Amino acid sequence: MADTMAWFKRKEKGIHTTTEEKKDIPKGLWYKSPTGKIVDSKELEKNFYVSPEDGYHVRIGSKEYFEILFDDNKFKEFDKDLTSKDPLKFEDTKKYPERLKAAQAKTNLTDAVRTAVGKSKGKDLVIACMDFAFIGGSMGSVVGEKIARAADYALKNKLPFMIISKSGGARMMEAALSLMQLAKTSVKLAQLADAGIPYISLCTDPTTGGTTASFAMLGDINISEPGALIGFAGPRIVRDTTGKDLPEDFQTAEFLLEHGFLDFITHRKSLKDKVNQYIDLITNQPMRA
Amino acid sequence: MEYLEFELPIKELEQQLQKCQIIGSESEVDVSETCKQIEQKLKDTKKDIYKNLTPWQRVQMSRHPERPYTLDYIEALCGDTFLELHGDRGFKDDKAMIGGLGKIGDQSYMIIGQQKGTNTKTRQYRNFGMANPEGYRKALRLMKSAEKFGIPVITLLDTPGAYPGLEAEERGQGEAIARNILEMTRLKVPIITIVIGEGASGGALGIGVGDKVMMLENTWYSVISPESCSSILWRSWEYKEQAAEALKLTASDMKKMKLVDEIIKEPLGGAHSNRPKTFASVKSAIEKAYDELKKLSSTDLVSQRMDKYSQMGVYKG
Repeated sequence: MADTMAWFKRKEKGIHTTTEEKKDIPKGLWYKSPTGKIVDSKELEKNFYVSPEDGYHVRIGSKEYFEILFDDNKFKEFDKDLTSKDPLKFEDTKKYPERLKAAQAKTNLTDAVRTAVGKSKGKDLVIACMDFAFIGGSMGSVVGEKIARAADYALKNKLPFMIISKSGGARMMEAALSLMQLAKTSVKLAQLADAGIPYISLCTDPTTGGTTASFAMLGDINISEPGALIGFAGPRIVRDTTGKDLPEDFQTAEFLLEHGFLDFITHRKSLKDKVNQYIDLITNQPMRA
Repeated sequence: MEYLEFELPIKELEQQLQKCQIIGSESEVDVSETCKQIEQKLKDTKKDIYKNLTPWQRVQMSRHPERPYTLDYIEALCGDTFLELHGDRGFKDDKAMIGGLGKIGDQSYMIIGQQKGTNTKTRQYRNFGMANPEGYRKALRLMKSAEKFGIPVITLLDTPGAYPGLEAEERGQGEAIARNILEMTRLKVPIITIVIGEGASGGALGIGVGDKVMMLENTWYSVISPESCSSILWRSWEYKEQAAEALKLTASDMKKMKLVDEIIKEPLGGAHSNRPKTFASVKSAIEKAYDELKKLSSTDLVSQRMDKYSQMGVYKG
């Protein structure tokens, strides 16, 4: 067995693609937005991955958000090597370890969140950013632990903390273990709150399920991007359960703002300014330019 | 008595035994030996069935229409000391989530739980035990009130999930559950949590963060119901049995994973088959838990609770 497998075995340990080379969004020369606008890929990148004509916010991942929020894209990433185990020996149509391997190969990510500290407008900020490309941004033990450790770092160093949610919810393949990550991450947010450290929750498209039912809705401010889907039960489940027609803007960021669950919605190009403006104000520090 | 499909052999034997007893009492024929034999067979069959329940069968047991619900436990444990308290002070009173004060022994408790109905009308009235945001907010209001006066909290979990409705979304179902989870991690009074039926996902955890979390033997607790899991991962409703296996949702699995602290035994045949015995076990489990927890200062209590939840999760690296 060992011999026959040798041909595809990794000779050197570790993943060699640098994080900076990883891409979440589809490659190609052109991007077509849902309203049919055609954008040059380079143009899109320069415009914070927002389609210039219709303002459509393209789904991006941790790589792009770090690029947007950290000065000169410089940051120190935490716990890069934390990966999932298969404690339940979970198997549906596929074995969980196979799903993980496939996701890792496809995305070049180790799991559905990356955590880092870096300067944003000159001051340290701790960010945990989820990647939807990795099994739907689902939250399992690794996501919970990485967020917990990043929050610990923020707590220890008295730094503002930000989570960028982009997730379908809890990871079914870790069942109740993933459910308990809601409580685990909440413990850390409670500790940050008790220590008077600001926590900013950015809900991006999409933020649903267990993620909404925990850290995504628990920010000192909850903010979002235009048009993002945010909800607890997904729209299909709500439609099937109630048999009702849903309003057109149902569970959009605008809908949540209107119903009082978001502090504001920001265009991605103003994200860095707005976040740091809030931090300066809430910590009573001089405003950064 | 209502019987689940896998309980039908028991039903048959019970009917036979009844017939045998009738013959014995109404005729001169001595059937006592036959009755005894049937009784023995019934006993063996029960043991055989209930000691070897599959995860899916336990899910069915947890939903048994005759199973005691939250108010049944409250009535049995608190009698007429129970004072139900209503409303979230913001929107309305959620009938799927009940709460109030009551005595167990000499100790006052704030008791909160999801409530299911027992017939078509009350099931609708209770929204099948699926709370809306105002239910979670009522629960939090009551917990904060308990904290203010140093009263320990008991939560009884029995829900197929938080209600996935349009208005529930408008009023922030996710936020309500999230807020409860966070506040429960740092509530300064003991929280004793018992899964008495279904522990479905965030809807259950929304009142389920506790110092001592227990599950009755034939209940389930997971991130999703086996049916929904089947529909999402297998793209069909047909794989609920496999999903129930895969999710490791039984009390013993949950205990093994250290996600719950204790299992409360049920009478052979399930919680409903001998209600007084079930209530007595639950009562003594609560009293035992409180005896331990009341010794802790509120600081130790909270830090111990936080440590417990911080350790949940399995990963490498």
